[in-house]
Amino acid sequence: MDNIAGQNQGNRVLVNITMLVLVLLWLLPSIGLFVSSFRDRDQIANSGWWMSPFTVDLNFRARSSSDDMVEQNGIFVIEGNVFTDPSVAGRFPDGEGTIGAFGPTARDLDAFAPGETAEMPRGGTLTVEADGSYRIEHDEPFARGPAIFFQALTPPAFTLDNYRTVLFADGMDRAFINTLTVAIPATIIPILIAAFAAYALAWMDFPGRGLLIAAVVGLLVVPLQLALVPLLNLHTSIGIGQSFLGIWLAHTGFGLPLAVYLLRNYMVGLPRDIIEGAKVDGATDFQIFVRIILPLSFPALASFAIFQFLWTWNDLLVAKVFLPSGSASQVMTVKIADDLLGSRGGDWGILATAAFVSIAVPLVVFFTMQRYLVRGLLAGSVK
Amino acid sequence: MPPVIQGIITIIVGVGGCVGYFYASNWVLDKVIFPAKGPNTGRNINRANQVRPWLFLFPAMFALGLYLAYPVVGSFVRSLFDRSGDNFIGLGNYIDLFSESTFRTAVRNNLLWVLVVPAMATFIGLVVAQLSDRLSWGNIAKSLIFMPMAISFVGASLIWRFVYAPDADLGIINSIRDSMGLAVLDPLQVRFWNNFFLMFILVWIQTGFAMVILSAALRGIPEETIEAAIIDGANAFQVFFKIKVPQIMGTIVVVWTTITILVLKVFDIVYTMTGGNFGTHILPSYMMTYMFRDDGRATAVAFVIMILVLPVMIWNIRQARKEMR
Repeated sequence: MDNIAGQNQGNRVLVNITMLVLVLLWLLPSIGLFVSSFRDRDQIANSGWWMSPFTVDLNFRARSSSDDMVEQNGIFVIEGNVFTDPSVAGRFPDGEGTIGAFGPTARDLDAFAPGETAEMPRGGTLTVEADGSYRIEHDEPFARGPAIFFQALTPPAFTLDNYRTVLFADGMDRAFINTLTVAIPATIIPILIAAFAAYALAWMDFPGRGLLIAAVVGLLVVPLQLALVPLLNLHTSIGIGQSFLGIWLAHTGFGLPLAVYLLRNYMVGLPRDIIEGAKVDGATDFQIFVRIILPLSFPALASFAIFQFLWTWNDLLVAKVFLPSGSASQVMTVKIADDLLGSRGGDWGILATAAFVSIAVPLVVFFTMQRYLVRGLLAGSVK
Repeated sequence: MPPVIQGIITIIVGVGGCVGYFYASNWVLDKVIFPAKGPNTGRNINRANQVRPWLFLFPAMFALGLYLAYPVVGSFVRSLFDRSGDNFIGLGNYIDLFSESTFRTAVRNNLLWVLVVPAMATFIGLVVAQLSDRLSWGNIAKSLIFMPMAISFVGASLIWRFVYAPDADLGIINSIRDSMGLAVLDPLQVRFWNNFFLMFILVWIQTGFAMVILSAALRGIPEETIEAAIIDGANAFQVFFKIKVPQIMGTIVVVWTTITILVLKVFDIVYTMTGGNFGTHILPSYMMTYMFRDDGRATAVAFVIMILVLPVMIWNIRQARKEMR
């Protein structure tokens, strides 16, 4: 028996480790994005996000000033401290720091230890002490102060600048509002239409009901791609064109099969007694639907609403086709995929922040409504 | 008019219109066309009840017909015409497509996606569902693995661009390679295998879906079957693969087909990650290269996707009909 118990414990550890690895694999990429959105461009380029909580060596460039030049015994000398240079002051607010290494050119940035003396490429010598004070000597006067490249220990720092840029300066605020404008009507309208149809398919008897349900199941899998060209042409010919109205209609149409299917599956499961009892009492179908079915179906309505909201919020394809491409009506996904990735392809901080802003709302919806989402998934798939 | 106000008006008009339509049409049916009074009361009530389902169904059927059923036919017809839409060229677009090497690559990649993504997502989902049931922190683990479901494909692509970034100070993969002394490489430019790196993004998103459904199915398995197997001396693996998996096979197939359908729709990942370069096009992304430029070609590609979906569609309808009986 001991043996079996031991084995179980071993298994338990193994299970824990496997799950931990999986969870980390699933979580780390998102954390990377989240952390990166709080780092500025230089930090992102210089060290991985996983180093951000630690004090690390970062690369900097300071410029000495020829105004500080003095002549001592025929030698021209510039003295100063790299940490007081305005271009690095942002990272060293006290004007103090510790030099890890330095060099006279960007390529030799870590060639010299503090206290050593380096030959400058244009003649003269450069000495940088650990506390950042430097001394440049040359037998000719300097036209302009030479640049000093150095590595310094930098404490962790996070910034909200990316958010400021993304939210207020980059048109992302507009895209955010556009996304909301697309998502909310496109969520509410199909629910209503689908609820009536689902009730008819679940509780009313009429010829061809089975066929209609089969048709809905079939339409559930029709690829969106098929609809793009014919519908855009249709919209153009009836004067809707590429517009918000067009995308609402499109999302309504594309969301309906799932809505009808989910709601019907749920409504069929409601107790027959209640509905028949109401009918005996003289309630009409319309009254039964409004007074009994709708309130009882709230969980299913909520779960479809979550699906549809996530889907319309996250959608790129429908927005690219049915909305005009100008920045006035861009939604966030289009803005990120077409605008930011193109023009700011190298600015990872801005990209990360924009992505996180677009992800934030679905995540909030997701974590607050997870219960309904799971219920909806189960109703939609397992029957 | 700003779109926000337009949106609010649309909500009011839309919701009001729907409610108004249903209420008014029922009222007209009951009071005007077939009033429940006079000499034909009984017959009128019966007739009204025969018409009513169609009143309830009409808006949904109209929208479904216009937005999903009509495009199947419309796209096919359009794909038989040339770029301008005036000249009938039969299967010309399809023939041209199949002679393009990019299209053939896209078809091959798409088949790979259809094979790999559902298999991996279902398998990992199943493993997580099984393992997390036995953990004290299982629910938290499930929540975290489920989370990518809420993230857009574009957002997920950006997240993974960071992971794959060809820079040891940016991408975690290259950072690990760097610490092992390997040269930096761009995973997205490694021919053929880059497809799998893209697929993994979708697996990452969809595993949570598989996990949630399979976890519910696993809980539904009768305890007795498992106890009996344990008494007969089955070990954990045997219980899992020989007792549990066969009992939830139906659910596994449903999850598998659902993810398969999704795979055939997703163009966002390829579009944001590589734009189809380096041999990574799949049919949906390939279609977008023709969208707005050549409707004939675009619809032809879309119809090829439809043909790929068809087996799943037929199977789904059959399942649904079986359940109704």
